[in-house]
Amino acid sequence: MAFISSGYNPDKPMENRITDIGPRNYEEFYPPIIKKNKGKWLYHEILEPGVLVHVAESGDEVYTVRVGGARLMSVSLIQEICEIADKHCDGYVRWTTRNNIEFMVDSKDKVEPLKKDLSGRKFDAGSFKFPIGGTGAGVTNIVHTQGWLHCHTPATDASGPVKATMDVLFDDFQNMRLPAQLRVSLACCLNMCGAVHCSDIAILGYHRKPPMLDHEYLDKMCEIPLAVAACPTAAIRPTKVELPDGKKVNSVAVKNERCMFCGNCYTMCPAMPLADKEGDGIVIMVGGKVSNRISEPKFSKVAVAFLPNEAPRWPQTTSVIKKITEAYANGARKYERLGDWAERISWERFFEVCELEFTHHLIDDFRDPAYYTWRHSTQFKF
Amino acid sequence: MKLKHETPMLDELESGPWPSFVSDIKDEAAKRAKNEKNVEYQIPTDVCDDLLGILELSFKHGRTHWKHGGIVGVFGYGGGVIGRYCDQPQNFPGVAHFHTMRVSQPGGKYYNTDFLKQLCDLWDLRGSGVTNMHGSTGDIILLGTTTPQLEEIFYELTHNMNQDLGGSGSNLRTPADCLGQSRCEYACYDTQHLCYTLTQEYQDELHRPAFPYKFKFKFDGCPNGCVASIARSDMSFIGTWRDDIRIDQEAVQAYIGGEIAPNGGAHAGRDWGPFDIQKEVIDLCPTECMWMDGKELKIDNKECVRCMHCIDAMPRALRIGQDTGLSILVGAKAPILDGAQMGTMLVPFIKAEEPYDEIKEVIESIWDWWMEEGKNRERLGELMKRQGLQRMLEMTNQKPDPRMVKEPRHNPYIFWKEEEVEGGFERDVNEFRKHHQR
Repeated sequence: MAFISSGYNPDKPMENRITDIGPRNYEEFYPPIIKKNKGKWLYHEILEPGVLVHVAESGDEVYTVRVGGARLMSVSLIQEICEIADKHCDGYVRWTTRNNIEFMVDSKDKVEPLKKDLSGRKFDAGSFKFPIGGTGAGVTNIVHTQGWLHCHTPATDASGPVKATMDVLFDDFQNMRLPAQLRVSLACCLNMCGAVHCSDIAILGYHRKPPMLDHEYLDKMCEIPLAVAACPTAAIRPTKVELPDGKKVNSVAVKNERCMFCGNCYTMCPAMPLADKEGDGIVIMVGGKVSNRISEPKFSKVAVAFLPNEAPRWPQTTSVIKKITEAYANGARKYERLGDWAERISWERFFEVCELEFTHHLIDDFRDPAYYTWRHSTQFKF
Repeated sequence: MKLKHETPMLDELESGPWPSFVSDIKDEAAKRAKNEKNVEYQIPTDVCDDLLGILELSFKHGRTHWKHGGIVGVFGYGGGVIGRYCDQPQNFPGVAHFHTMRVSQPGGKYYNTDFLKQLCDLWDLRGSGVTNMHGSTGDIILLGTTTPQLEEIFYELTHNMNQDLGGSGSNLRTPADCLGQSRCEYACYDTQHLCYTLTQEYQDELHRPAFPYKFKFKFDGCPNGCVASIARSDMSFIGTWRDDIRIDQEAVQAYIGGEIAPNGGAHAGRDWGPFDIQKEVIDLCPTECMWMDGKELKIDNKECVRCMHCIDAMPRALRIGQDTGLSILVGAKAPILDGAQMGTMLVPFIKAEEPYDEIKEVIESIWDWWMEEGKNRERLGELMKRQGLQRMLEMTNQKPDPRMVKEPRHNPYIFWKEEEVEGGFERDVNEFRKHHQR
């Protein structure tokens, strides 16, 4: 392949350089009906799962067809999205915060042809390219991180477990039978690029073995003081180590019993890897939310301390998620989010109806916040 | 078409209804191998093959095969590019260098297809052809290219597409918004306009690392919080109002009479029985500030905490107030290191009006404090925990207000300052001893 220059001159990097221009102005990308009615919308309705209408003061109506998708997306697939948007939507399209794609049309008669086009497109192996759904009291797309596909610190994959989970929850993506929306999120380590800690169901990758120490290279690859300072529990101290050949090197020692497996040391020091096939796996957290509706936003709580990484389809993880979803669907009241339901029926009852074992791992012992999670009353259920 | 590597485990992710990323990348690999359009691919043609190959290996090993990022980037910027190398370059040379570029997304994630096609052509030519639409922070993520292509891509983005990179590292990260007033009747301010204005104002902070750690702005138009700002941004701007909810009594009756489905029809998948305004709206109001007076719905707006439930449940009957603005909450973050933190109320109400000077004052006073006192890799929320909310108020000139706390403190260990105590701290112990023997 021949190198093709963009026009950039490496000898004079500042020549004609354009910087600090930011993103394109959103105004350029509004469909005309959106631009015209911005700030003047009256109400919306979900006509069927995945199809919304928004009605403006002017009487204008914009119809939206929402489809799910893997957030990992090839340029060919984006080009196909463009082709659909050109054909039906005058060349406009948008994405939602939760990786859904929204196609908008300005009259009702354009909805059916658009829907037909979208639901007819499949990959050769059979999965939908653009499943319609993700609205109202159901499951919408999973927000997630990179996982084994691109990240250096994950304790699980992201796209794999997400695909497996969405296959299991697919009916609820295309239906609205749940008491309220159920937000599922995945973060492949507790750095949580995806910030899943306020989700109805969070799938979190976690390590369970302390770091290995690559003594021979540690001082060459890392700043030892930074590695020591990175540890939130002060489990790491500097030390001198004698290598098998008798050479003495500067390195670190780890008090394993103090390790909480956060991986922050590895972030700072590549000579302290902790990823491990048996050690790594998934924590299931439940009952968080970000909305202020009825109750205040709340954190997700750990419901299952560990499930193994069972590539390629994570069957234990998906079956636990399905079990929790069904128990919630059966037990919660209309409008009640998963966390509100669990608090109303009590957590002891939650574990019972979800058929989950309560183990010592689920009792918080991390610093001050732990105390506030213990029971300080005689009120409990038998 | 036969691919370069066998991927028996990944193949199992091609079945089932949900869109398969494996099928998508396989198609992309096949497209590059065939190259019907005769593209002069600027990075290895088999990059997608090797991406699948190394992912299959991770599925087998239960561990990632990516190394820590190296220092790569574009000249003059300290963010926007994340260096990435694989630890099996001999077996997977196509992804030996596989750097990420973050491209600042437009507000509300609206696009026209001209822009997207141009971006696709650029990334097809100079990158892997694999993206994330979008990354967790909100950027368009271009996943995987080589070092020599970084400047070329940046040049084409800025010169041909009028488009910049986003943030990474100890920078202001690319701000993100909900779609707001563009298509939502609940939005209390123009999230897109504020997000864009601040993004442009703080381009230097976004591209050149000068902070102790990352810093995120997110803009939610109302307390429903669709962009989750309260959970994941150092500064969360959430729309609110301080006057009365607007009531259309006729529409209320239409809900009661079953002519309009509650909650915009969100519960249509199950028969929940006829709509009961008492049970479904009035009794669920967290402050019990609603009641029916004959055929009229009444709201004691002074008691309302604007949770949105009644408006969400009856969007055609109830509308947000008209004296709108936003609340600023600060310090949210994911668990690492000292546990997750939710945003803390700093400014209960501020008008969101151009040129947003008051909002900028709050932002800049926070940055001054954090850049002075924050330790390396200490998020704002951690600094707040370490030095206290009082210190935060002092540094941002905010008047203490009970709206900032859930309840008053549980202990009397108040750090009184000398100037707050009559007569000061200096006393004469000999004078004291005249009345109190040793």
